[in-house]
Amino acid sequence: MDQKLYVSSSPHFRSNTTTRRIMLDVIIALLPTTIASCVIFGFRALILVGVCVAGCVLMEYFARKIMKRDTTIGDLSAVVTGLLLALNLPVDINPLIALFGCLVAIVVVKQMFGGIGMNFVNPALAARIVLLVSFPSAMMRWVPAFWYQGADAVTAATPLAAEKGTFSYIDLLLGLHGGSMGEVCAAAILLGGVYLVIRKVISPIIPCVYLGTAALMSLVVGADPLYQLLSGGLLLGAIFMATDYTTSPVTNWGKVIYAVGCGVLTILLRSFSNMPEGVSFSILLMNILTPLIELLTRPRTLGFVKKGAKK
Amino acid sequence: MSELSFPKRPYRTKGGVHVPHHKNTAHTESVEMPIPKTVTIPMSQHIGAPCTPLVKPGDIVDVGQKIAQAQAFVSAPIHASVSGKVKKIEKITMPDGSKQDAIVIESDGEQRISPDIRPPKVESLSDLLTAVRESGLVGLGGAGFPASVKLNIPSDKNVDTLIINVAECEPYITADHREVLENSWDVMSGIHTVKEFLNIHRVIIGIENNKPDAIKALSEIAYNGFDPENEIRVLPLKATYPQGAEKILIKACTGREVPEGGLPSDAGCLVMNTGSVAFIARYLKTGMPLISRRLTVDGSAIKNPQNVIVPIGTPIKDVINFVGGYKEEPKKILMGGPMMGLSLYTDELFIQKQNNAILAFGEKEARLSEPSACIRCGKCVSACPMSLMPLELSNATDRGDLESLKKLHILNCMECGCCSYSCPAKRHLVQNIRLGKQLLNKAKKEQINKGGKK
Repeated sequence: MDQKLYVSSSPHFRSNTTTRRIMLDVIIALLPTTIASCVIFGFRALILVGVCVAGCVLMEYFARKIMKRDTTIGDLSAVVTGLLLALNLPVDINPLIALFGCLVAIVVVKQMFGGIGMNFVNPALAARIVLLVSFPSAMMRWVPAFWYQGADAVTAATPLAAEKGTFSYIDLLLGLHGGSMGEVCAAAILLGGVYLVIRKVISPIIPCVYLGTAALMSLVVGADPLYQLLSGGLLLGAIFMATDYTTSPVTNWGKVIYAVGCGVLTILLRSFSNMPEGVSFSILLMNILTPLIELLTRPRTLGFVKKGAKK
Repeated sequence: MSELSFPKRPYRTKGGVHVPHHKNTAHTESVEMPIPKTVTIPMSQHIGAPCTPLVKPGDIVDVGQKIAQAQAFVSAPIHASVSGKVKKIEKITMPDGSKQDAIVIESDGEQRISPDIRPPKVESLSDLLTAVRESGLVGLGGAGFPASVKLNIPSDKNVDTLIINVAECEPYITADHREVLENSWDVMSGIHTVKEFLNIHRVIIGIENNKPDAIKALSEIAYNGFDPENEIRVLPLKATYPQGAEKILIKACTGREVPEGGLPSDAGCLVMNTGSVAFIARYLKTGMPLISRRLTVDGSAIKNPQNVIVPIGTPIKDVINFVGGYKEEPKKILMGGPMMGLSLYTDELFIQKQNNAILAFGEKEARLSEPSACIRCGKCVSACPMSLMPLELSNATDRGDLESLKKLHILNCMECGCCSYSCPAKRHLVQNIRLGKQLLNKAKKEQINKGGKK
């Protein structure tokens, strides 16, 4: 044998999951939602998605270059961030504002804290909140579904702000109402969620507990649970934002506590704050609590007996 | 203690990963390898103190003759696997990189059996322990713990269960599987011997359910009059890695947990490999010590994968040539399975007692992947059979944070590799955890030294 051998530490086999494959799965899961928003809000939606995705990828590329670090756009996480950011914006927002959102998400929240896996809050959500606070009127100007077919684009109310009885459950499920690009079509979001669970990209714990808690809390505060679940950013948040690996607990019990917190906060904010929507703030707050939750929910290692306890 | 019962189905164990089985050699009869020209027998093929040679260059030895003796308690003597002339005693580099003395014997091809070989007289437990000690048996499942030490259970431990490990959860390896199929009666009579002398009244044979023929073979003997006291059961286990890891197997078979830092006997269990019990049965019949073993030769670079019965000390190269040689340029050669085996730097090393497989892989399987940043997906946490937090352990090691390593129970890690296997970022988690253990042990030693000087 003349050729040299690879010598390495065990294990010598690796599974075929990769970071890129996981991110690709998230993108695939977001496709129904993206397509739905293009159908509901027209060509502008596609342009906004393009601007956000391109903005995030380019900014990640240049931020890493300036920081003299390896290029990481190949892992597709910047594409996911761009896509999620776009889906959290109203369709007729000025693209320059959207680009500012990309800057906040990728450069400030993600890269300045060390890049993928190191950010302490979800980049797309943080960007959305910065935009919401900086450009409140632009961020809350909603156009109705299929506005591009109508003569004039008047603003419309989102289901959470609208008079009772304006929208039926079917309207909510199909997305025939105003709102952020990605949050309107509940059916498409659910489809993506099922795909993620089947592909084992996410565990169903966070979405199920989050939605379950929100439904229960709705009953407590006297709101219609199903209406609450299907409207606003709750589904998109529970399935795609709250399940972000980096900013949610890795332990199973941690996931439960985190999701309960998200659910309780969402309904409290929706019911008692001045904002019509509470998903973004709830998830952001729970993101910040994630390290603590994780510390409190470390699993008991096999064979560990607490001191003093007798078998 | 309550009456011992047999579980209908295995107890729940946590974590684990589904590694492709690749049990290509499960249905091929084992073949006996012809006697090699020379054998090189290292002085340490077990956990514990190395042996001291009893022969010198120029001596003529017979098959089965003791050529090295074990002085320490945790050790096992070594016997000649061929008859012939001792050529030299030299230092060789072992698979793990350490240097060891090894006896090189040039075979005369006669395979003359040593006149000392006769069946041992075993009438009591101490006779059995002496016999097992003299046989040179070490755990044949891979770890190589001297069997006589394992069977010598301290009197303060109440061991009520014997678990026979036929899980064989490592991919490719089928040596135990073939042992069960080809020597079912040896396995069962070995079990009987151990159970009778150690006065154990519950025997659970744990077999992964991907080996239905092995389950059938042993059940047919066990349930047809072999065991009138009705104390032996075959328990099919879930085929996930690492089902055969001692602590996991004990949990699956008895529901008991081995305390952190403890031994199986602390959970009332004695775990033995199938090959080991079958060997005990044969040794009591013939008196022939451990001079050969069955091992699986497989992997993408091997032409005709199969199980081979190989004299201890045979050059690995000879074994591979015997099964038809390489199919493609080997890029990685493993001693043991792909999950926990050692990767070798050359095929010019030698078969040892505890060596259950030689695997050779081509470029595609051997290529190393480049690690990227942790995305905190938590796959390592769900995969860990010991319920540890591999990502935190790895990070704490990077920081050199010994306090956290202790709090995270790093020493409870058994290095099964599930975390590294499942990591999408291809991080070297186990490797880092090993480093962390060393850091912690080194710090402990330093503290003891400091304390001693005061």
